[in-house]
Amino acid sequence: MATQGKVSGIVANMVVVKTEGAVSQNEICHVKDGDVSLMAEVIKVIGDEAYIQVFDSTRGLRVGAAVEFAGHMLEVTLAPGMLSRSYDGLQNDLEKMDGIFIERGSTTEPIDFTAEWDFTPLAKSGDRVVAGWWLGEVPEINITHKIMLPFTMEGNYTVKSIAAKGRYKVTDTIAVVTDAQGTDHNITMVQKWPVKKAVKAYTEKPRPSKVMETGVRAIDTFNPITEGGTGFIPGPFGAGKTVLQHAISKQADADVIMVVACGERANEVVEIFAEFPHLVDPHTGHKLMERTIIICNTSNMPVAAREASVYTGMAISEYYRAMGLKVLVLADSTSRWAQALREMSNRLEELPGQDAFPMDLSAIISNFYSRAGLVTLPGGSTGSVTFLGTVSPAGGNLKEPVTESTKKAARCFYALSQARADSKRYPAIDPLDSYSKYLEYPEVQEYLDRTIESGWVDKVMSGKTLVQRGKEAAEQINILGDDGVPVEYHERFWKSELLDAVILQQDAFDNIDAYTGFERQKYMYNMILDICGRRFEFDGFESCSSFFKELINLFKQMNYTEFDSPAFHDYRGRIEAKIS
Amino acid sequence: MTTAFQRVYTKIDNITKATVTLRASGVGNDELATVGGRLAQVVKISGAEVTLQVFAGTEGIATNDEVIFHGEPPTLRVSDALAGRFFNAYGEPIEGGPKPDGEARQIGGPTVNPFRRLQPSELIATGIAGIDLNNTIVTGQKIPFFADPDQPYNQVMATVALRAQADKIILGGMGLTNDDYLYFKNVFENAGALDRIVSFVNTTENPPVERLLVPDMALTAAEYFAVDKGQKVLVLLTDMTLYADALAIVSNRMDQIPSKDSMPGSLYSDLSKIYEKAVQLPNGGSITIIAVTTLSGGDITHAIPDNTGYITEGQLFLRSDSDTGRVIVDPFRSLSRLKQLVIGQKTRADHPQVMNAAVRLYADAAGAKSKLENGFDLSDYDERTLRFARDYSEKLLAIDVNVAIDEMLDEAWRLFALYFSPAETAIKQELIDKHWPGTPTAAGTPAAI
Repeated sequence: MATQGKVSGIVANMVVVKTEGAVSQNEICHVKDGDVSLMAEVIKVIGDEAYIQVFDSTRGLRVGAAVEFAGHMLEVTLAPGMLSRSYDGLQNDLEKMDGIFIERGSTTEPIDFTAEWDFTPLAKSGDRVVAGWWLGEVPEINITHKIMLPFTMEGNYTVKSIAAKGRYKVTDTIAVVTDAQGTDHNITMVQKWPVKKAVKAYTEKPRPSKVMETGVRAIDTFNPITEGGTGFIPGPFGAGKTVLQHAISKQADADVIMVVACGERANEVVEIFAEFPHLVDPHTGHKLMERTIIICNTSNMPVAAREASVYTGMAISEYYRAMGLKVLVLADSTSRWAQALREMSNRLEELPGQDAFPMDLSAIISNFYSRAGLVTLPGGSTGSVTFLGTVSPAGGNLKEPVTESTKKAARCFYALSQARADSKRYPAIDPLDSYSKYLEYPEVQEYLDRTIESGWVDKVMSGKTLVQRGKEAAEQINILGDDGVPVEYHERFWKSELLDAVILQQDAFDNIDAYTGFERQKYMYNMILDICGRRFEFDGFESCSSFFKELINLFKQMNYTEFDSPAFHDYRGRIEAKIS
Repeated sequence: MTTAFQRVYTKIDNITKATVTLRASGVGNDELATVGGRLAQVVKISGAEVTLQVFAGTEGIATNDEVIFHGEPPTLRVSDALAGRFFNAYGEPIEGGPKPDGEARQIGGPTVNPFRRLQPSELIATGIAGIDLNNTIVTGQKIPFFADPDQPYNQVMATVALRAQADKIILGGMGLTNDDYLYFKNVFENAGALDRIVSFVNTTENPPVERLLVPDMALTAAEYFAVDKGQKVLVLLTDMTLYADALAIVSNRMDQIPSKDSMPGSLYSDLSKIYEKAVQLPNGGSITIIAVTTLSGGDITHAIPDNTGYITEGQLFLRSDSDTGRVIVDPFRSLSRLKQLVIGQKTRADHPQVMNAAVRLYADAAGAKSKLENGFDLSDYDERTLRFARDYSEKLLAIDVNVAIDEMLDEAWRLFALYFSPAETAIKQELIDKHWPGTPTAAGTPAAI
């Protein structure tokens, strides 16, 4: 019999419940308000009073309302059929909800329990298996969805029997396994997992070594992120965080894209709903929506569910990683999640830390980022969760607690600069402040040597030096005036402008320029480095600037043409004629 | 408003500046009540103790005053009869006349399911090039003016309201001076547009906490016209900074720990509940929100404009241009995030590149200007950008210019040709071929240089 309780106090979405029995921290409960059932989570217990945060509006709720405790923490349902769906922060399928408005207490099934799947067994009776072991597989859209021994099953098991190839519902038993004590367990295609716990069904978590292509030159060429890596994008509003994240979600070389819209604008999610079913994944040619899962808690949806949404997204991603897939998680924005933590900490009357955020904010963020990573699975293959979060620093000030805490946890830092955004240099990733720690990894350097060209990291560093020297030259010119410095200063400045305009700036709204594959990135970058390595003779700063302006114009036109097309080579020819 | 089921209490235990606490039973969260004749709302229930926030303040409330619970949260009676009327924050008429009848709807209702939203795709022309050309506004968008208190933002709002092609315009006035209230009233009346305008007004003469009801009242009316009637509704909210100030007052009196700039920690959620009501609906109806957030000393890092910027789809800045003496929409700091959905698609194909080129050349002019101020010689190019900037500001950016978008584009091409070579504009060649004045395929005046 589940523990029961009665509402004894209400402040906004925090409710105090007088309980009649045992409750546990983070346990899920349901508050009955008339015929509506509101889901909530225990966040503090004092004596027989449980403090719960309700994932919904508490308007009209009265003292004395019945509360039923569920006996488990917040869980996700994991089974085939999650790809291309859109969930709220609690894994309700938004598409299945009736009406224009989300009514209080509405819930929908996260998966289709009536659908049948083409099951092929992978394990055979007598196999020794552990949690996360692949027992069989079903095709889910374009991926092979592995049916695994549930993550919650600790210890060793022996397969007693396995279902034959055929069509099954997710709730049908597809295997029977025996534990060390000789007890049999029926395994279906559906399992549940508490979202706030990291899935640990892997044997090893090695350092990431492969670079993940995003098609964004300022990232791939200058500060690459790895499969299983972590990164974050802080930037003031208007600096283009969302446009950049959308670009990555469209182009990244991943099997599954998890988009967590966390406390951001609804219209941004609508853009994904509207575009992804039609856009094509540049790597596979399939429709983008087919590899995407959206977790959507927009800014006007209940705050408590916002906190849950990032965990829901991560837990589902870990599930797909355990199938040996490359998963990319994009969360926009983790600041909204931190704010949800702050609101609740405030209502609990906890002593606040900096900017009224909870004291353990930094620990919570580090813990969350640590769930990303490359893992070796029990069967020997690998899977990865790459995590890229945006941060919306208050007032654009990078010294605020969420940015600082995230900086400690993430390995790539893509600082969006207001100055670049103001001068419409998009993506506004600051080339000098941003970094990728992965460039320092010997295994990443080796990977780049092998896949792009030998000595690539040195070339990247020389490009960064060019930008740095260009910036210094620009400062000198500003102080001393155009005539007050040698022409070489102008040349140095314009070389950095050339690199900026052709490599770092990219038009996310142009069909061709938006996505640049590694091959083209290498081609263009080498062309630019070659020009920047030459010495030109100019008779004055004006001829220098007009020379480079024309050059930039030719390169920009070249960026708009298809790679290796006649038009592309035509521009290349014109550029070569110009510089010779 | 009274019904037979209302519960009446006559013993108040605690009174603070903004709240009263009493023992009562069967009270729902967020429920309305009348305390000594003033409206109040339940904000906290702890066992039998109920705390009420009294909107008009508690001055003169006695411990034996009558407390009547209404049994429901604040509501607005919605019907077509709302049109043409002026209401206070409680939805009561303020210009005389009967209270309109209609279905009572709870204000601050549920969220639209994001999956049911449509992508905004219809542009709202205002005739102001600083908006239509550079920062095009789309139905279902939410965008504020970030303005200094001395700028003519209410006049610009009124202009936008009258020019925009909307079925209904809902004005939510918070802390308006009486003069501004009368200004809006006169402008709407003189334009003969009153039948499509509904106003909810809290003036500085009313208690500040009452303002908290104004946006929800205005948006409940907007949802009625957009969802039930499929109309294009434009909601004007002015001034959201005064709304946020009222939030801070309440939070302070409720002993909540303030976060940045003494604002409540929930400011982001509080503001987004309002702004996210902007929506494009599948039935063709839409709610577009244009708001005003006044800045103190132009500081956009203050918590109110900062949080607003993260919620809204862009922002518009007004600036007075010292070179031309006109008020312009600042092309550098202003941004409409949804313009990408319409420009070059619902407008001419050259729109995006023309817009970017003009802003970039205007930025070069700003660079030239600072060079001039620092006493450096100007190059020929610098001189040309300065002349361009002057024309651009006067013929396009000034808020009193009123032309159609195609004319704005033609004007921009004329200015490009007047001062620059095609390469200097860095516009795609095929567009240059088509639109550059003086080339064989383009109509218009021949190039001057």
